[in-house]
Amino acid sequence: MEIYTLLREFADSWMLLFLFVFFMGIVAWAFRPGSTKIYEDTASIPFRHVDAPAPVEGEATPAADKEART
Amino acid sequence: MQINALIAHVLHLKRRIYGFHATLRIVRDMVKGRNMSNYIKLIALGLVTLFAMIGTNYARDLAYQVHAIIVMLVAGGLFLYTLRRTGEAKPAAGSLQNEYFDSVVRAGVVATAFWGVVGFLVGTFIAFQLAFPALNFEWAQGFANFGRLRPLHTSAVIFAFGGNALIATSFYVVQRTSAARLWGGNLAWFVFWGYQLFIVLAATGYLFGGTQSKEYAEPEWHVDLWLTIVWVAYLAVFLGTVIKRKEPHIYVANWFYLAFIVTVAMLHLVNNLTIPVSIWGSKSVIVWSGVQDAMVQWWYGHNAVGFFLTAGFLGMMYYFVPKQAERPVFSYKLSIIHFWALIFLYIWAGPHHLHYTALPDWASTLGMVFSIVLWMPSWGGMINGLMTLSGAWDKLRTDPVIRMMVISIGFYGMSTFEGPMMSIRAVNSLSHYTDWTIGHVHSGALGWNGMITFGALYFLVPVLWKRERLYSLSLVSWHFWLATIGIILYAASMWVTGIMEGLMWREVDANGFLVNSFADTVAAKFPMYVVRGLGGVMFLSGALIMCYNLWMTVRKAPAKEASLTVAVPAE
Repeated sequence: MEIYTLLREFADSWMLLFLFVFFMGIVAWAFRPGSTKIYEDTASIPFRHVDAPAPVEGEATPAADKEART
Repeated sequence: MQINALIAHVLHLKRRIYGFHATLRIVRDMVKGRNMSNYIKLIALGLVTLFAMIGTNYARDLAYQVHAIIVMLVAGGLFLYTLRRTGEAKPAAGSLQNEYFDSVVRAGVVATAFWGVVGFLVGTFIAFQLAFPALNFEWAQGFANFGRLRPLHTSAVIFAFGGNALIATSFYVVQRTSAARLWGGNLAWFVFWGYQLFIVLAATGYLFGGTQSKEYAEPEWHVDLWLTIVWVAYLAVFLGTVIKRKEPHIYVANWFYLAFIVTVAMLHLVNNLTIPVSIWGSKSVIVWSGVQDAMVQWWYGHNAVGFFLTAGFLGMMYYFVPKQAERPVFSYKLSIIHFWALIFLYIWAGPHHLHYTALPDWASTLGMVFSIVLWMPSWGGMINGLMTLSGAWDKLRTDPVIRMMVISIGFYGMSTFEGPMMSIRAVNSLSHYTDWTIGHVHSGALGWNGMITFGALYFLVPVLWKRERLYSLSLVSWHFWLATIGIILYAASMWVTGIMEGLMWREVDANGFLVNSFADTVAAKFPMYVVRGLGGVMFLSGALIMCYNLWMTVRKAPAKEASLTVAVPAE
């Protein structure tokens, strides 16, 4: 079989199915039970650690403290 | 004479002693294995300089020669710089991990503003060149005529202005949302300066005629190779920071930025698979032939729009709009679906650039269908951005920065509706090759990319330079209105002229003969070209006002007082 035909047949059968199922899986996963609570926390990431990174273990970083997660 | 000779002798001796000491020190260091990285750097820079010198000599064309000279100067300068610093004690590193790496972001902000003004200026000039051909000066033929300046304009606004905005904001956002300092130390500086070098090489290449004539991918093979190196370093810095993040989740903005970086790398490699004719010349030949080459080019070209100008800037939107509105994104679930739907669909939309060509019908239909489906995630993202303001709509009255971001999302929505419509084959038969396309691109680029970048710059400058606020909000309003009216003049005149010329081209008389010659359409377009140029002048003036405002923010705005609160660790 010609390589073009092979790839073409694979692309519009198994690969198409895989991509479609993968995408629908993502949609389902986004709406999984309990996701609302998790995403509330994730959505507020931009409002934490504005001025300094999270403190590295074992180092005192006064600057980072007031940015720490609440 | 004698005194002169004496001085020369003394200087010579001094140099010899200095040189002797330096050599001794280098040998000593090498034996002890100190400063190794510096020596590797020196060897590499020396070799590059030498290669560029040979290139300058053997260059087969002007563009390559100019590039060889630029590379020689840059590499030689870096060689001397590194040499002079070798053996000096390194400044104590301290615990830099406790602070963000913001100096490179500041440089990126300056570069964004600078290249923005350059790109808009060239764009305005070439707009007037089209209206008044006399501006293609005789003395500058072959360097500054429309054909040479046009790629300079597109690359300056997309890659220099947009690219610097993306690199700077991605470095800013990935640090904040990962709660970690940029990975890789000074590698981020390499990315910044390496990218500026790429811009300079690309721009000079266009002016001196080094182009592979692929839209938005004009740079020749040697510049492409350099960009590949820089891009891999960029990916390493970004991904390294994401990997060492302190937040358990990867914030959605980083997903968009990462998609942008990875996809642009893939597009760049596939669309630039060329074989140079000579290592001493800029000419190269692409491995794809015929319609495959056209398809690869527009697969690249449309995804440059999709992933450079859309995904990357959506990363900006998902961080800066919530920050400026001071409330989290409207729906995080929608943002996830937005992301996956966008990247799953965009990659297939390219063939709509090749309707009615040698491309098989099934391929162009596929591109058209995916373009239309793409309308949905685009508007999902638009709704997500706009609704982030729900409950804070009053800010639109008081905060011109949020107004800028909102109108950019509005333009995003408008051009992502216009685009799918134009990709329909029947509409495309009217719109293709006309100025409608140019108008569409600019409502997206000026409206969406430009405005969201301006919003991000207005947000970033006070934060990065630790200022309490912007120098002047009324100047932001001036910028907002100048830019908005400028875009409207641009888009409206291009709709009129585009549809007009499309209709003129297809007009036939009762016997089936074409009514208009090409020159007739050119003459008919003149008034709209002037209006378009004026729109450009307004957009450019707005950008200049922004530069002044940002400059004065750094110089004059009150410094942000250091917080006196000493808090206890909360975790």
